[in-house]
Amino acid sequence: MNLQLTDEQRMIVEMVRTFVEKELQPYEEEVEREDGVRPELQRQIRDKALQFGLYAANMPEELGGAGLDTVSLVLMERELGRTSYALQHFVARPSSIIRACVGEQIETYLLPTIRGERHDCLAMSEPNAGSDVRGMECRAVRDGDEYVITGTKHFISHADVADYAILFAASGEEQTARGVRKKITSFLVDMGTPGFTVKRGYDVVSHRGYHNCILQFDGCRVPVGNILGVEHRGFDVANQWLGSTRLSVAAFCVGRAQRTLELCQQWAATRVQFGQPIGKNQGVSFKLADMATQIRAAEWLTLDAAWRTDQGAARDEDYAMAKLYATEMLAMVTDEAVQIFGGMGLAEENPVVRFWRDARVERIWDGTSEIQRHIISRALLRPFENR
Amino acid sequence: MKVVVCTKQTPSTTAVFSVNNGAVSWEDSGGKPNVVNPWDEYAVEEAIRVKENHGASQAIALTMGTPDSQEALKTCLAMGCDEAILVSDPSFAGSDTLGTARILAAALEKIDGAKVVIFGKQAIDGDTGLTPVQVARKLGWTPVTYVSAIKEIKGHTITLERLLEDGKETVTTDLPVVISVVKEINEPRYPSFMGIRKANRATIPTWSAADLNISGGVGAGASQADWSHVYAIPAREGSVEIIEGDSVEEKVAALVDKLFEEKVI
Ligand SMILES: Cc1cc2nc3c(=O)[nH]c(=O)nc-3n(C[C@H](O)[C@H](O)[C@H](O)COP(=O)(O)OP(=O)(O)OC[C@H]3O[C@@H](n4cnc5c(N)ncnc54)[C@H](O)[C@@H]3O)c2cc1C
Ligand SMILES: Cc1cc2nc3c(=O)[nH]c(=O)nc-3n(C[C@H](O)[C@H](O)[C@H](O)COP(=O)(O)OP(=O)(O)OC[C@H]3O[C@@H](n4cnc5c(N)ncnc54)[C@H](O)[C@@H]3O)c2cc1C
Repeated sequence: MNLQLTDEQRMIVEMVRTFVEKELQPYEEEVEREDGVRPELQRQIRDKALQFGLYAANMPEELGGAGLDTVSLVLMERELGRTSYALQHFVARPSSIIRACVGEQIETYLLPTIRGERHDCLAMSEPNAGSDVRGMECRAVRDGDEYVITGTKHFISHADVADYAILFAASGEEQTARGVRKKITSFLVDMGTPGFTVKRGYDVVSHRGYHNCILQFDGCRVPVGNILGVEHRGFDVANQWLGSTRLSVAAFCVGRAQRTLELCQQWAATRVQFGQPIGKNQGVSFKLADMATQIRAAEWLTLDAAWRTDQGAARDEDYAMAKLYATEMLAMVTDEAVQIFGGMGLAEENPVVRFWRDARVERIWDGTSEIQRHIISRALLRPFENR
Repeated sequence: MKVVVCTKQTPSTTAVFSVNNGAVSWEDSGGKPNVVNPWDEYAVEEAIRVKENHGASQAIALTMGTPDSQEALKTCLAMGCDEAILVSDPSFAGSDTLGTARILAAALEKIDGAKVVIFGKQAIDGDTGLTPVQVARKLGWTPVTYVSAIKEIKGHTITLERLLEDGKETVTTDLPVVISVVKEINEPRYPSFMGIRKANRATIPTWSAADLNISGGVGAGASQADWSHVYAIPAREGSVEIIEGDSVEEKVAALVDKLFEEKVI
């Protein structure tokens, strides 16, 4: 077992950290204040990310991406976790699912997205179908060479800065051993297609400046040529490509927690009460010890799942464990951080308070903690089924 | 024409200097590894620009150091240098700046077509700023220090701008030259992902003492400068006073009075 990073991975970490410190962190307060990223700043970040090869780092080299292995990608995303979600978003990692593009889709969607000319968003969740995605009500009805789509998607991240959506819709029903099941098809739908509107979604407490949207489909016609993957087999494409996005969440949480801990170390060592730094009290210093230990544990779980992915041996529960543990860890770390900072931990001037706010969503999106536990426990008990 | 950038691997800027029984150590709390001497990042960038803008055929990074100095060379390759050379030999250990200069000069002589050699202003650890001029002296080339711009390279001449305390100076001199650059000269680029990959696929040749024609002594035994005593400067006692006042104007007036009182202004 060799837990050493390669020179290349070390250099990537060093480079991304410098990039984050110089190109992203200086704008954090502005983004919090303005609740958005100025278009010029979006462009500036994208251009620099493109110039230095960070853009679309998850995409293969032969398609114009950086072709990072999963471990390197996780390390990169860990570093990006040290800054505002809204800002790091423009150092884009397009949804891996667009790798399923074929034929003309490659020139129309895949390659321009990797080149930073087009931007995707992923639309699954609905008001009546969150954890239970298969329960989706958005319908796609075939009409000749077109599908007619009707329904609502909500909580769709960054659809306000995207120019096409990867949409999942129910395209029929089928009889299975477990009863009637909806068939799901995935589509590439351009913004501006008649019958498709996007409006700003809910104001959420986490990740200010990073917006979610409501997507409304009202008899929107999409050619069959825009099906991503195989008709009625939308979840197969999703399962093939989206599993490892949960690792992005985990990696982000580890980076966030590391930055939070560094701020806490400094504060604990310099804030004096009762004539000595507060870190001299075990009530404070033991919190630091627990934070550091759990951060390390979450980091190894995440790197382990990434390494398994590179070996072609990752299982669903590996991603679920990393996502579950890292997001719960970040909640603990940011909450204790507020405690260590005392009143100043709740002051808007202090990044710690937004890390605490931001941490909340991580346990919900990309599958709630309960759903991750469901995945892990199902894997544990599967061998005992049918006995 | 080739351009060569000489760089040294040093502790990172966030490393903390300490001395224990005369032994110097640099500890980085964030665990940052050693890096390209931060002043040299400007030199590396300028070497790449000499290639991009002034028609050099190759930008080569050169370092004399222990085998792990390879890491600094990889950074140079990742930023855009075409080649990197490590000069390393156990007999070089403990060289003073003159010894270092003898070794570097011998390596530079071995690089066919080197006409412009670029150094950083100084190394953040040794801090003498001597190496560039001593290398120039050994080679018999023109040294130009504190360079803030390379204006033109034409035929056999180079025109440079120097940044001095009281102003700027334009210098034209014959090639070959050895220059040291200040941070005002450029904004160093990041190593790109493509560069990082290239750097890690490259093989970096190591030249040993036997590969070079070094004139004069090198290594600890030949060092004329002896570091007889290295110590950390005792921390200065200081106190902080926060100036109170109802308005900015009032606070500024009080601050100005204080500064006059203390004869600061
Ligand atoms: C800021 C933000 C951005 C988002 N971005 C996107 C996006 O870009 N694209 C997208 O498609 N979606 C997105 N989502 C949606 C997100 O994936 C869902 O919120 C998430 O899957 C949970 O669904 P839900 O909110 O409907 O909660 P529900 O599914 O209603 O869950 C409510 C509670 O019930 C629990 N629960 C549900 N089922 C079970 C069960 N079987 N066992 C135990 N407990 C259970 C849940 O864990 C949770 O605690 C985003 C959400 C947010 C908040
Ligand atoms: C183990 C060890 C023992 C030493 N023993 C002695 C000693 O006994 N007596 C003594 O006087 N000094 C000693 N030194 C210091 C050493 O001589 C200097 O560090 C070295 O000569 C460079 O000087 P500087 O650090 O002041 O660099 P500067 O002259 O300030 O650096 C100016 C420029 O020259 C470049 N440069 C410097 N060194 C190199 C290099 N090796 N390769 C490529 N470029 C370079 C720098 O990167 C920078 O761009 C020792 C150093 C070490 C590591």
